[in-house]
Amino acid sequence: MSASTATLRIALVGNPNCGKTALFNRLTGSRQKVANYAGVTVERKEGRFADGNGRVVQVLDLPGTYSLAATSPDEAITRDVCLGRVAGEPKPDLLVCVVDATNLRLHLRFVLEVQRLGLPMLLALNCTDLAEKRGIRIDHDRLQAGLGIPVVETVAVRSGGTQALVRRLGQTLPPASKALPEGADLHAAVNHLLADAVQMPRRTAEIDDRIDRVLLHPVWGLAILAVVMFLMFQAVFSWAEPLMGGIETLVGWAGQGVGALLPEGVLKSLLVDGILAGIGGVVVFLPQILILFLFILALEESGYLPRAAFLLDRFMVGAGLTGRSFIPLLSSFACAVPGIMATRSIQDPRERLATILVAPLMTCSARLPIYALLIAAFIPSRTVWGLFNLQGLVLFALYVAGIVSALAVASVMKWWRRSKLEHALLLELPSYRLPNLNDLALGLWERAMIFLRRVGGIILALTVILWALSSFPTPPEGATGPAIDYSFAGRLGHALQWLFAPIGFNWQICIALIPGLAAREVAVSALATVYALSATDDAAADLLAPIVSAQWSLPTALSLLAWYVFAPQCISTLAAIRRETLSWRIVAIAAGYLFALAYLASFLTYRLALAFA
Amino acid sequence: MTIAKDSSSLPDGRSLLTLPRLKEARVLSVTDHRAGDVIARRLRELGFVPGELVRVVAQGPLGGDPLLVQVGFTRFALRRAEAERVQVEPLP
Ligand SMILES: Nc1nc2c(ncn2[C@@H]2O[C@H](COP(=O)(O)OP(=O)(O)OP(=O)(O)O)[C@@H](O)[C@H]2O)c(=O)[nH]1
Ligand SMILES: [Mg+2]
Repeated sequence: MSASTATLRIALVGNPNCGKTALFNRLTGSRQKVANYAGVTVERKEGRFADGNGRVVQVLDLPGTYSLAATSPDEAITRDVCLGRVAGEPKPDLLVCVVDATNLRLHLRFVLEVQRLGLPMLLALNCTDLAEKRGIRIDHDRLQAGLGIPVVETVAVRSGGTQALVRRLGQTLPPASKALPEGADLHAAVNHLLADAVQMPRRTAEIDDRIDRVLLHPVWGLAILAVVMFLMFQAVFSWAEPLMGGIETLVGWAGQGVGALLPEGVLKSLLVDGILAGIGGVVVFLPQILILFLFILALEESGYLPRAAFLLDRFMVGAGLTGRSFIPLLSSFACAVPGIMATRSIQDPRERLATILVAPLMTCSARLPIYALLIAAFIPSRTVWGLFNLQGLVLFALYVAGIVSALAVASVMKWWRRSKLEHALLLELPSYRLPNLNDLALGLWERAMIFLRRVGGIILALTVILWALSSFPTPPEGATGPAIDYSFAGRLGHALQWLFAPIGFNWQICIALIPGLAAREVAVSALATVYALSATDDAAADLLAPIVSAQWSLPTALSLLAWYVFAPQCISTLAAIRRETLSWRIVAIAAGYLFALAYLASFLTYRLALAFA
Repeated sequence: MTIAKDSSSLPDGRSLLTLPRLKEARVLSVTDHRAGDVIARRLRELGFVPGELVRVVAQGPLGGDPLLVQVGFTRFALRRAEAERVQVEPLP
């Protein structure tokens, strides 16, 4: 009875993609990432909830693993927690082994392996909704008797789907699990259990076989992959336009309203030129970011991503990467930080390092505002070949430029540090799932909140700081020319110009590059603030795009686009590289090569554009 | 545990690599390429053990690499070097 007051510590273990994180979220009310491929969770996550008796249950979500003989850094985390090897952390009181009811042949073997640890255990038979749909019948009592541990059915993606599990956790702890004798054949034991307790009309889902026949077809499969990627970038431009127009009108209207209300002076300048111009310039890109995420979230949940990795593996191997690098690299389109963390599921240290180093070349969503601004300002919105939007096409080309340079950089690294060992792909392809609309909406809502919090936090703060640096000191008596020329930021911009003039950057861009180190989007808000302040007339509420298109030459714009394909300046990315590699040398290499490539690419672009223009 | 079996001594034994697409086969053994071969070990853990049914479901677009192999209820993408370790016997 004393046990009901102490905290119960449980850990969720199991094969990859069986629904551990979905269960964890449902139990603890967290919102950790769930997606339909192996290797989503790469670190231990803790959460808690109170069971029916008011006892606190502390839940650990762990990376999935096929076996306790770990072969990659994420699997090692799970092994260490199960074996009690983590310093300062005793073994869990109870292991909740999660299995996917449609994949028992594989998942039960791991359960039998874990039983050898001799800890109290419980089996969560998850995805029972899918099993039912496929006509798989599982005899609960026989399975429980065969395994010798309590079995509860769960549906992690349905509300109330974890009731049986919570109820069982409220009862007395099961005894330490018994195991098969050392040397016993676990596979044979699983087959025996299946024969005894499970009836299965078909080994695979028929629908998966049918879809795979098309999507993995050597010709059609690649064609469809290209179309999907292309559609994604077209959509980012064409679908977002009406929404962006709405936000722009709203911001302009707010600027005029505030401008009319306030008297001339510092406060008005801060609000209109600093905050409204800066923040407004970034918020406009929310629709595009959400459309990009809509695609990414839907692809992640569908089970298509590992298929894309399958199709592209050979191409990636040629460049010294692996199909396993594909998912971390794709995550980097959202942001390089989770992408770099996701490389923990790559077994080979060399391939992992190569993936980490090229992840920043994937165009992250924070670069989208800069691309979008320049494309909208300089590329006409025309339909080409009767089908494509020219602006979408240019955006697509910029993404492709990032991908191609990633492959090129990885190839160079391959020559430089050749690996003698052989490395496996061994990638599981999950069942297809239809993305749940509620989850998609919730995921997008979260993304919007993350973006708006960034805007209201770091971007706002940097904008205000930049406004201050660009406004003070004020010009001396009788000065001509815009006030910003006399400010700190103005002088810094002019001072930096010698470095960036060869690639066509003016002093306004030089200023914007500096706060862009902390958050790339700030480059846009900074430009907006700088131009708002340098405007001599009172057209401060003017939008950035027309100003830029009037004042910059096309070669300068193209050069800045090329710069941002490589854009080394992102402190969080460099910090993530340091965390994952524990090496400042690698951080220096990454920052150095990205800066060099950015400069080189901008230089070539600028010179070529000048020559042809 | 890590004793390599010579596939040529097995009746009808051949590498998974040579199995035609969609042809059912039974696993005979997984060959270690070196002592303590981690990849071979992982293959066994994933279910490539004697007696198990396997099938090549699809092949990659470039040089038929990787292979998509159905074993148990699961599909795995294996590169040719990995698939080569698995000796199979085609079912009639
Ligand atoms: N239909 C159905 N889908 C589920 C259920 N549980 C999980 N899923 C889906 O299964 C997929 C994998 O879920 P995750 O929770 O990410 O799996 P995981 O075990 O944490 O995976 P790793 O972190 O990679 O080890 C997701 O697409 C979920 O939506 C369930 O009970 N029913
Ligand atoms: Mg997970």
